[in-house]
Amino acid sequence: MSENKNLAHHFDSYEQQVRAEKLGMWLFLATEILMFGGLFVAYVIYSGEYPAIFKAGAQFLDWKKGAINTVVLLVSSWTMAMSIYYAQKDQIRKCKIMLISTLSCGFLFMVIKYIEYSHKFHEGIFPGGFFSYSGEGFVEGLPLYFSFYYLMTGLHASHVLIGMSLIAWALVRTYKKQIGSHHYMPLEYVGLFWHLVDLIWIYLFPLLYLVE
Amino acid sequence: MSKNHSISFKIYLTVLVILLILTVITVGVAQVDFGMFNAFFAMLIATVKAGLVLMYFMHLKYDEKLYWLIFGSAVFFVVLLYFFSELDIVTRVIQNSVL
Repeated sequence: MSENKNLAHHFDSYEQQVRAEKLGMWLFLATEILMFGGLFVAYVIYSGEYPAIFKAGAQFLDWKKGAINTVVLLVSSWTMAMSIYYAQKDQIRKCKIMLISTLSCGFLFMVIKYIEYSHKFHEGIFPGGFFSYSGEGFVEGLPLYFSFYYLMTGLHASHVLIGMSLIAWALVRTYKKQIGSHHYMPLEYVGLFWHLVDLIWIYLFPLLYLVE
Repeated sequence: MSKNHSISFKIYLTVLVILLILTVITVGVAQVDFGMFNAFFAMLIATVKAGLVLMYFMHLKYDEKLYWLIFGSAVFFVVLLYFFSELDIVTRVIQNSVL
């Protein structure tokens, strides 16, 4: 039996385990950057080729909703970081409050995303071949912009949902008293993923919503 | 394990406030027409924000340099992909464009 129940048997020490875990986590985040990076490169090149289409496309987006979602995600990143801060200090009640706030922010983000999507679906602005809008503001090639829009925000939104599930899992573990100054690494890794989701939105917001 | 993990409450809050101010600046800059510099400013501010999130919220500033290297290499390869793609488009597609 190992002395520390949070230590897997194939590691010599808790410190070694943490280093291995962090290394793995950062490698995973690197693959995430590569996945989104391909889309960003494609977006930047196409928007350079067809500036009129991308400008027309951005007119369909409400930058206020995008800005609110930016603030929501930034605040959620802060509450996530604070949950770790309180876990390190064994202030578990505050840690839980911060985790629940993060979860609420994620939920709020998805609600605003849902409002944006449903409004567009209602008008027939669907991705790719399902695009059936031809009303005001339509320009030739507009579906190109919305294919990017749905692919990039959709992939990002799926990450928000995954992140929310992970935070819910961490919250359950906190309630089970498995998280504290003795063992807060699960929060750290969930946090790293959540901050990456925030990081990607930091670039998505000006790229998609604020095209001049 | 990282040596210094107790970033103070004050630092976290300051970083959040700076991030929110930068978001306001991003929106503000987009309303003014700087021509081709608009995209440049937007990306510059986004990169500053991303750097703050990485350094403080993701603790990179206080963690091992190895994680910078891993993350940085991913970013490097994305930039490399962009560079060669753009080079290809500019030298080949635009000159013989049938699009």
